[in-house]
Amino acid sequence: MAPILEIRNLSVSFETSTGAFHAVKGIDLSVDRGEVLAIVGESGSGKSVAMLAVMGLLPDTATVTADVMSFAGRDLKTLSDSERRAIIGREITMIFQEPMASLNPCYTVGFQIEEVLRLHLGMTGRSARTRAVELLTAVGLPEPADKLRSYPHQLSGGQCQRVMIAMAIACNPTLLIADEPTTALDVTIQKQILDLLLSLQEEHGMALILITHDMGVVAETADRVVVQYQGRKMEEASVLNLFEAPQNPYTRALLSALPENATGRRLSTVRDYMDQSAGGAS
Amino acid sequence: MNGRDDDTPGQRATTAADGIGPGVESQQGVEPAHAEPSQARPDQAGRRPVEGAPVRNGPGPGGDIVLEGRGITRDYHVSGGFFGGRKTVHAVRGVDFSVARGKTLAIVGESGCGKSTLARIITLIDPPTTGTLLIEGRPVQISGGRPPRDLRSRVQIVFQNPHGSLNPRQKIGNVLMEPLELNTDLPAAERRDRARGMLEKVGLLPEHFDRYPHMFSGGQRQRIAIARALMVNPAILVLDEPVSALDLSVQAQVLNLLADLQKEFGLTYVFISHDLSVVRHIADDVMVMLRGEVVERGSRDAVFADPQHAYTRTLFAATPVTNLDAIRARVERKASRRRAMQEQVASR
Repeated sequence: MAPILEIRNLSVSFETSTGAFHAVKGIDLSVDRGEVLAIVGESGSGKSVAMLAVMGLLPDTATVTADVMSFAGRDLKTLSDSERRAIIGREITMIFQEPMASLNPCYTVGFQIEEVLRLHLGMTGRSARTRAVELLTAVGLPEPADKLRSYPHQLSGGQCQRVMIAMAIACNPTLLIADEPTTALDVTIQKQILDLLLSLQEEHGMALILITHDMGVVAETADRVVVQYQGRKMEEASVLNLFEAPQNPYTRALLSALPENATGRRLSTVRDYMDQSAGGAS
Repeated sequence: MNGRDDDTPGQRATTAADGIGPGVESQQGVEPAHAEPSQARPDQAGRRPVEGAPVRNGPGPGGDIVLEGRGITRDYHVSGGFFGGRKTVHAVRGVDFSVARGKTLAIVGESGCGKSTLARIITLIDPPTTGTLLIEGRPVQISGGRPPRDLRSRVQIVFQNPHGSLNPRQKIGNVLMEPLELNTDLPAAERRDRARGMLEKVGLLPEHFDRYPHMFSGGQRQRIAIARALMVNPAILVLDEPVSALDLSVQAQVLNLLADLQKEFGLTYVFISHDLSVVRHIADDVMVMLRGEVVERGSRDAVFADPQHAYTRTLFAATPVTNLDAIRARVERKASRRRAMQEQVASR
């Protein structure tokens, strides 16, 4: 079965006053239908930028090049804007880290969900309203009919993220990209949101790309993991292999920096590890 | 250090009811460095102000109790909207705690549980509505005015967001020297020397002295924030989510730094965090808060081995684990669900 999203040799650079900055340097990536892929890396590893490039959401200062960037057999590089709009937000959707900031504070939650339904599916009036209630029920918001009349500031962070997820699954997408969806949330809420994403993913056979820096989240969600560092792919493995036998020194360093893997009171840091391996090589 | 903190005979046991009032007992005689004697030293009997028993089920083994709270509450009055009138939010409701010198008390809980409010009270930013706070055995009452200068320098705080907590227009050297200007009468040359020395202590370079905050990474800025807090030689450092904004590898470096500094200066930490794996690594004692109340407290090992309160157990269950067996079990569960689904489809 062909992967739903295939990327080969993707590079992204930004024009800056001091010359080009290369955020992503030749990354290969593919996701199958119904698969959960975690992209893990620290800030500056290019994990978000790579996915924004797929979505076509990067600013004009970015230069995106790729040998292959295709979604369900269609070439994402050569899409016209209107063709892209038909895919983005419908077949590929994305949720972000800051749920409060992702929603428009000036409109009710109901309006914003119905807007998605209107633009992509042409639903209006009562049918859109009914579907919106269904969606909020599916993401586990209590009193969904009342919540439609709420503004984002009247909801908690976890509730806003549920609304974002409701909007993201409104058109039954084949691929959902979640960029640090739980980083701003408490652990108990994080668990609920991750469980929700995983159950929706399995139910609808959706592919899910989860961008995160949290190895715990990776361990609890992913089928397959890609580790990125400074714009490059360091390692790709099944979740079990990655934690059991990490191949790349950076992955090993990352795992040993986890507080739960500490021996005694000292944590090993990535720098220790890289120095060590550099020292060993010389 | 392992003996229970029993009542020291002959010491005045202050209770929550009577102890409110500005420092009647002296601060402990350690680190006289630049806590200059603005206040008259009371009698020598007050030199070792070990308070009464460290309240009911006070945490773990205690040497001398550096920080203690008794029945601390904090209410906020908020407007209830157009017709709502005024409402009272009970952010902290009757919290007791005590921390021994050189130990780390971790306060755990989700947003809105009152842990940051408590941090502000401990740091003498806000007064408690009721209850008594004792710093080095000395009851503190700041609702009437500012805390005395020598007392204020005993407790310092490091905030979560190192981008927001440093003035972008202030050079690092000035960031570090400012607490000395405000709290001590040291001459300028001495202030500069100390700031340079502190930069080195937190793993930065002397040439960073004249740079601005934007020239540093998140981890470096957090080192600067820690250095600033340590400039006045505090006994207690309140760390409000100090590593939650940092990357994993930087988090490890900052946690190591904090451990080193604690050892070197004999610091007492109040470590506020929602990350249980970090808490497990760094804490001696743990206090779990829910809606302004302490629902569980105890030594780290006891709390992690056998959590008593339902909420603590929920918190533990929600924390992601990177344990191999857990991953294997999850992967297998998913595979079997998938097989079951395929069989269902096939049998149709």
